[in-house]
Amino acid sequence: MYGRNWSFRITWFRILMIILVLVAVAAALYRFIFGLGAITNLNDQWPWGLWIGFDLLCGIALAGGGFSTALVVHILHKDKYLPIARAALLTSLLGYIISMVSLFLDIGRWFNFWRPFFYWGFHSVLFEVFWCISLYTTIQVLEFGDIFFEKVKFPALKKILGYMMTPLLILGIILPSLHQSSLGSLYIVAIDKLYPLWWSMLIPFFFVWSAFFLGPAMVTVEGTLAARAYGRDPELPVFQSLTKLTMWMMIIYFIVKMIDLNYRGVFGMAFNGSYESNMFLIEMIVFILLPIFMYAIPSIRTKLWGVVTASLLVVVGVVFNRMNVVFTGMAKSVGGSYFPSIWEFLITIGMWSALALAYLFIVENFSILPKEEHTHSTHTNYGTGFNA
Amino acid sequence: MSKGVLVDVTRCIDCKSCMVACKVWNDLPSRKTEFSNDLDAGQLNSDTYTVVNNCISEKGDEVIWRFVKRQCMHCKEPACESACFTHSFVKTKEGAVIYKPTVLDQDYCVGCRYCMIACPFSVPTFQWEKAFPFVEKCTFCYERTQQGLKTACSQACPTETLKFGDREELLAEAWQRINSNPKYIKHVYGEKEYGGTSWMYISDVPFEQLGFKTNVFNRPVTEKSIPSLTWQVLKWTPYIFVGWGALLTAMRAYTKRRAEVHNEEEMYGPVDPKE
Repeated sequence: MYGRNWSFRITWFRILMIILVLVAVAAALYRFIFGLGAITNLNDQWPWGLWIGFDLLCGIALAGGGFSTALVVHILHKDKYLPIARAALLTSLLGYIISMVSLFLDIGRWFNFWRPFFYWGFHSVLFEVFWCISLYTTIQVLEFGDIFFEKVKFPALKKILGYMMTPLLILGIILPSLHQSSLGSLYIVAIDKLYPLWWSMLIPFFFVWSAFFLGPAMVTVEGTLAARAYGRDPELPVFQSLTKLTMWMMIIYFIVKMIDLNYRGVFGMAFNGSYESNMFLIEMIVFILLPIFMYAIPSIRTKLWGVVTASLLVVVGVVFNRMNVVFTGMAKSVGGSYFPSIWEFLITIGMWSALALAYLFIVENFSILPKEEHTHSTHTNYGTGFNA
Repeated sequence: MSKGVLVDVTRCIDCKSCMVACKVWNDLPSRKTEFSNDLDAGQLNSDTYTVVNNCISEKGDEVIWRFVKRQCMHCKEPACESACFTHSFVKTKEGAVIYKPTVLDQDYCVGCRYCMIACPFSVPTFQWEKAFPFVEKCTFCYERTQQGLKTACSQACPTETLKFGDREELLAEAWQRINSNPKYIKHVYGEKEYGGTSWMYISDVPFEQLGFKTNVFNRPVTEKSIPSLTWQVLKWTPYIFVGWGALLTAMRAYTKRRAEVHNEEEMYGPVDPKE
């Protein structure tokens, strides 16, 4: 086994990322002392901007790989996906931490952040989101504790965690299912503000469903990046067999979307030539239909470039959808203008750099990725049927 | 009795006494304004709970001006209240939608600004320049109305454009005025919009020409209260929690019997960063 010591290799790129993190920390401290107006371009027309729209909504959506993989591996016991299980958990945990940090940055009265635990505005969707995200992050930390105590030997604690694992795993799927949908329900109040191509009473379904099918795509993209970074072989067979799940879920998403638009009588708005309609068409054609076709065609799906490109489209597509809900769909009704300031961008970049650094540190020190056989030419076939 | 204000747009002369009275009563600082040709008072902000906007419209060949006071509408079922996850905003029995009056005085607010997203009239504003900002908007002069006084603005109004009273009585009076004079549009804005509001408007010029939200995306604004829409979804939460949890537990138990046992410590390992 690779040594018990801690290690973190320093490269120039990593130094750059550390600098970006430090800049972001400094900007964040400035913001906490001098207020949001001091460094952001947020205004009364645009109370939510980059941090909520991108870091929170997309961070959480991209973390969807955690709960969809947990469902497949730990509930359905599809063992061939075990090699990606821990990496998915880790990405998810880090994604949630980013979301919590960006939420903390974004709230005006940050010293009051704990209030919703004691003052229950239970008729607010945000209340559900807040509780679920806090609890789920805690649960993921505990799930990660199981991995942590493999390296840091503490048998008593590991045993306790072992007993707790089944309820934790199940809660760890219920809670994200609830709040991924609630993140969509947040926008139900924006009836008459959010463009009808996105506003729907079904928006909670669209959010949770897309977060779920995003999961395998995210795992594919992230797995390929990790493999590239560490000179390993990507888990191509795992990626390929995941495409079927993603594809069928996306087909259902598309059908429900069409039915919903028809039912509300706004189908025609998709073709009215407005800015919103064009963005909607791009979302549907480039980021939903195109990946479905790429997944459906065997000669594309079986190639690494094919499955990675399609998955990348799915990932970008979900980000695109969230951006459309937060910005494109709201622009016409709220008026005013908003473009993030340089500091908002720098803090965002710093947070994602911190995520990348944390990921690198953790996979280099804990057992996250499957062990690789050092005889590269011949893949050993595990009893569970995957190429390690 | 829930209070309300009836605004008769035909009577307003744009004197802006209401704006001044509001600033004085609430002790709000002035803000530097920019000169504009039509003397329009601009938009609401965290130091300005009410503004009078100017609207030019045409009736036949005649160009006519109308002046519309804007402030929080004090919805009967406020979207902002339902959106607040610490329940900082409340609808009082007197009709005001305000920060919950507490001993600690307003200190529940987290500053998340979801109320600003939720408000269909985009009324709440934020103290962006402050380190520890609050959400600011018209308070319906809660302290005054508790003492049996009118709101500062309706007290100051010299033309009886603003009439303070019981909402239901004002609504009856609004329809009585509309029905006794053909100049009025046959609509009381605020009677039904978003489940009804405490502030209501009557006018002789169609409301959409006065900048009121009547049609959005080519359809009339909803008459359902926004909290009722959210609740339609939120009420399922406990059932989903229990049902989905039971289903997952059952599936895990069912598939576990067939699953092989893995030693996870053998399967995964730390990555050796390549040179």
